[in-house]
Amino acid sequence: MNNTQFFKYLFLMAGVTYLIRALPFAMITKKIKNTFVKSFLYYIPYAVLSAMTIPAVFYGTRSIYSALAGLLVAVIFSIRDKSLTTVAILSCAAVFVVELML
Amino acid sequence: MKDFFDGLKSGIPIGLGYLSVSFTFGIMAVSMGFKWWQAIIISMFTVTSAGQFSGIRTMMYPGHYLEMIISQITINIRYSFMSISLGQKTSERFTKVFRYILGFFMTDEIFAVASSKKTVGVSYFAGLSLIPWIGWTVGTALGALLGNILPESVMSALGLAIYGMFVAIVVPEVKKSRPVFITISASIALSCLFYYAPALKKIPSGFTISICAIVAAALCAYFYPVPENDSDTAGNTGGKYE
Repeated sequence: MNNTQFFKYLFLMAGVTYLIRALPFAMITKKIKNTFVKSFLYYIPYAVLSAMTIPAVFYGTRSIYSALAGLLVAVIFSIRDKSLTTVAILSCAAVFVVELML
Repeated sequence: MKDFFDGLKSGIPIGLGYLSVSFTFGIMAVSMGFKWWQAIIISMFTVTSAGQFSGIRTMMYPGHYLEMIISQITINIRYSFMSISLGQKTSERFTKVFRYILGFFMTDEIFAVASSKKTVGVSYFAGLSLIPWIGWTVGTALGALLGNILPESVMSALGLAIYGMFVAIVVPEVKKSRPVFITISASIALSCLFYYAPALKKIPSGFTISICAIVAAALCAYFYPVPENDSDTAGNTGGKYE
């Protein structure tokens, strides 16, 4: 990869990504009063995370069965209000164990 | 200072999850002809998974600058919504300067963990961002320099860390709120549609995630507006992630 081309692209990629993140964060500082917008902003993180998880999680490991096991373990322990770290580690462990058995 | 360390602690699972994803990115970039240090710089300055994976493909060809801009905007536009959303619950001390600096770290996971707090302070957010950023950079470096050092079984298991974390953020809120359950059901249904429907498959995943989330959240915001006095505590889970 030629350096001039690389840095031009890097500048664009990093610059665009930064502006997308930082500008709305810095510019919109007033409390939003509109109920629809407030509700939208309340729902958006959960909508983003669930869309990112399903179906991608099924193909995140070497086998769909280990992924299902990991997902199931994650759901069970989150229902019991375990912390993020605990849930993440236990679901990884589930994948590992199931793949040993496959 | 305590807030900073609280943030650091909450950032650990994110950082661990990032290791495996960025590791893959490092391997991929080098196999496509990038130098190891180029892969690392990309990760350090961009910190976005879907954006980077798509970006290095564009970088292979000279002169596709407009394509780079458009694809990065569509893939990453979801961050704007997150920034606006989180911007509503920042503390008094979170001034413009801090927003311009720390806005850089608005990833899906950092946002998700931060937004589970009632108010987000500068120290907490800075602490929260640090380990994921290091994890993302170090993972890329390991992947780029060492390739497959970890056994495949461990890599595969680490692949679930990020999703396990997502589940742990979403499920407790689903338990408390029926509209959130409806939101995620709609979002998942749309996301599966985009993933499996032949005509829609080719749309880049970062973009489809934005569409699914925006449609699902907008529908639920219309049908289930958050009650006025509830909205201040919306998303607050009682400091469980501190």
